Amino acid sequence: MHFGIAFDMSIVLRRTPLWSCLHKSLSSIGATVDKQEIENFEKITDEWWSQFGPTKGLHSLNKLRVPFVRDGLVNEGVVSKEYLNTSAPLKGLSILDVGCGGGILSESLSRLGANVTGIDANSRIIDVAKKHAEKNCLQINYCSTAIEDHSQQYNGCYDAVVASEIVEHVTEKDKFVEACARCLKPCGSIFITTINKTFWANLLAVYVTENILEVVPRGTHQVEKFIAPHKLQRLLEDNNIRAKLIHGMVYNIVTNRWSWCSNISINYALHGVKLK
Amino acid sequence: MLIKNLFKSKNSKLLQVTFRFYSKGTVSKHYDVVIAGGGMVGTSLACTLGKNTKLREKRVLLLEACPNKAWGNPEKYSNRVVSINPSSQKLFSDLGAWKFIEKHRFAPVKQLQVWDALSDASVTFGNAESQEIVSYIVENDLLLAALTEEVKNCDNVNVLYNAKVTKYGLPDYEGNIVNITLDNGDEYTCDLLLGCDGVNSSVRKSMQADYVSWSYNQMGVVATLKLKECMKNEIAWQRFLPNGPVALLPLTDELSSLVWSTSPEEARRLLSVTEEEFVEALNKAIWSKYSSSIIVQQATSIFDTFLRVLNCSKSEKNNVPPTVKSIEPNSRAAFPLGFGHSSQYIGKGVALVGDAAHRVHPLAGQGVNLGFGDVACLSNTLGEAVYDGSTINDLSYLRNYEKDRQRHNIVTMAGIEGLHRLYNTDLTPIVLLRSLGLQATQALEPLKRAIVSQAS
Ligand SMILES: Cc1cc2nc3c(=O)[nH]c(=O)nc-3n(C[C@H](O)[C@H](O)[C@H](O)COP(=O)(O)OP(=O)(O)OC[C@H]3O[C@@H](n4cnc5c(N)ncnc54)[C@H](O)[C@@H]3O)c2cc1C
Repeated sequence: MHFGIAFDMSIVLRRTPLWSCLHKSLSSIGATVDKQEIENFEKITDEWWSQFGPTKGLHSLNKLRVPFVRDGLVNEGVVSKEYLNTSAPLKGLSILDVGCGGGILSESLSRLGANVTGIDANSRIIDVAKKHAEKNCLQINYCSTAIEDHSQQYNGCYDAVVASEIVEHVTEKDKFVEACARCLKPCGSIFITTINKTFWANLLAVYVTENILEVVPRGTHQVEKFIAPHKLQRLLEDNNIRAKLIHGMVYNIVTNRWSWCSNISINYALHGVKLK
Repeated sequence: MLIKNLFKSKNSKLLQVTFRFYSKGTVSKHYDVVIAGGGMVGTSLACTLGKNTKLREKRVLLLEACPNKAWGNPEKYSNRVVSINPSSQKLFSDLGAWKFIEKHRFAPVKQLQVWDALSDASVTFGNAESQEIVSYIVENDLLLAALTEEVKNCDNVNVLYNAKVTKYGLPDYEGNIVNITLDNGDEYTCDLLLGCDGVNSSVRKSMQADYVSWSYNQMGVVATLKLKECMKNEIAWQRFLPNGPVALLPLTDELSSLVWSTSPEEARRLLSVTEEEFVEALNKAIWSKYSSSIIVQQATSIFDTFLRVLNCSKSEKNNVPPTVKSIEPNSRAAFPLGFGHSSQYIGKGVALVGDAAHRVHPLAGQGVNLGFGDVACLSNTLGEAVYDGSTINDLSYLRNYEKDRQRHNIVTMAGIEGLHRLYNTDLTPIVLLRSLGLQATQALEPLKRAIVSQAS
């Protein structure tokens, strides 16, 4: 039996210094950074990278989303045979991680041999990501920028674009998807994981977490930002991307494990391919 | 002189440290994986990791305290042999190490015959007439040599002999790196330490793992036996005596290997008597009728009839065990027997494999087979971690290894322990129960298959 809940990073982050720091810097981009926050920096890095801390759900999600990206690319035939079942199956492929945060997904993709670019609008978290990658001797190109700006410069540059646990925070989804699509090479793949806009997602992500478990203050969630798979599919199609695969995902909050399921009514993952 | 003066200065502590560092010519090297202990389990692990394509770019170091013993193709058989089950044999085939063993020598076992000295009840596993092999008897030295030979083909694996580890520094809450110090002062670091250092594992001790253990107050007496008549020697025999089981494992048509578990006093006596007296004692152990209760005799014979009526009794004919003519001179030795199980197989940056994690009574010939099972599982798990873009020491993957192996090992160990306790008594009700149990097992083919599949 699964005690699944709709998983939204902001839920687990909101009560931590990590979140308050992010939140502050988000609302005051360009404003002078106060001293306290710099002192918090070390702590934030540790928190982001602790497998048992507030981001543990993202760490454990790697077990699902990394194979999802890897096997998706294998199935598209862009992985050369000689790299199959080696430690670097994604060797030579360029991947853009949109909303990379502290780099939890970027680092895994980089270890698989991909040339990873991670972008995030938040420059503080990009610093966390850079520092951690350096410590682990990983070559990742981190950049604090918005996808809209990035896509102007890197038009048609990537074999794959990954937008994991980010779409549910974006207001202008059409522009977001358009920018992601622009970054892709022809036949490139886009991988998205996000939350569905359903009664169940609403009930679990908003009602249960806010009113029953009380892990987030009331009124935190903006359910209107969640997006249903068919809507997302439509947006992709508008940008010449065909959805190849949609999987449901379920999170077990007790064991901190994700698993695939056929039910897409809460969390889901989508693999789309840009047509020539 | 200069150094002496320096040491007297305020900074003497600091200087002492640096001085020691340089005077020993310390070399520090980093590996992805260090395997501590190059016994059968550690060497097979090195080989398996080395051949795992998903781990090909990982650098592995194997540290073994003893010198490398090359296989000199001796005419005499070693008294240390193991029975390898089909899964372990497959592991060796997959590694490419089996061809070395095939080229030299091993004995296939087609049938396992177990019987109770206190009643006539017996059970057979497998069929001497069939082609199917239930296990393979191989000398420890040959097995190790085959693995050592094969590990040479793994470019990413380094092996160091005469390398005794004196200290393990496991990562604390913040760190990620394991420090290893050898007795010659050399230092190594790694992301993942794999403890294959046997029953008295120091890796396990530095993990501060909870270890459940007890001694059986028994010794395992081993020897190489010459048989009276030359015959097709394809049956492994095990007889449960009041002091412990005696097992004869085939080597050739004229030779068998002995594992005789008995009380420490009896073991000492068996090692000190002349070889003729030893052979006499052994033949008695195999052949003699022990006084068993009349109740047990009657009950087992009635139960046998009952099973026959139900038409599910054995069809195989009862074979007779071989008679021992003499022993290979100086082939007697004895080893203490005990039980042990570590509640944790893993920790931050570390995992235990083989006897370091678990130790069983040799009565079922499972000890090293459990270890080889660990090896296959760990290699898969680490390969999966790396192929999923995780670090090789990712705890959530290591936890899968622990979970999978404990699930298998604990069931097997409980079974072996149960057998040991069942047979380590001559209380009539228990002898009765176990005899009926053996008979029923013998009669019920599906049950036997279930037992064999858990053991392999
Ligand atoms: C009488 C008897 C009969 C048996 N029969 C069978 C059988 O039929 N079938 C079966 O499956 N099993 C059998 N076993 C069990 C089997 O022998 C063991 O399970 C097996 O040897 C365990 O292998 P291992 O590599 O884990 O440990 P070990 O063989 O103990 O190897 C440990 C290695 O680590 C090295 N080491 C230790 N400390 C250090 C250090 N600090 N630094 C560097 N190196 C170190 C040692 O030198 C050694 O080479 C039997 C055991 C006994 C006693």
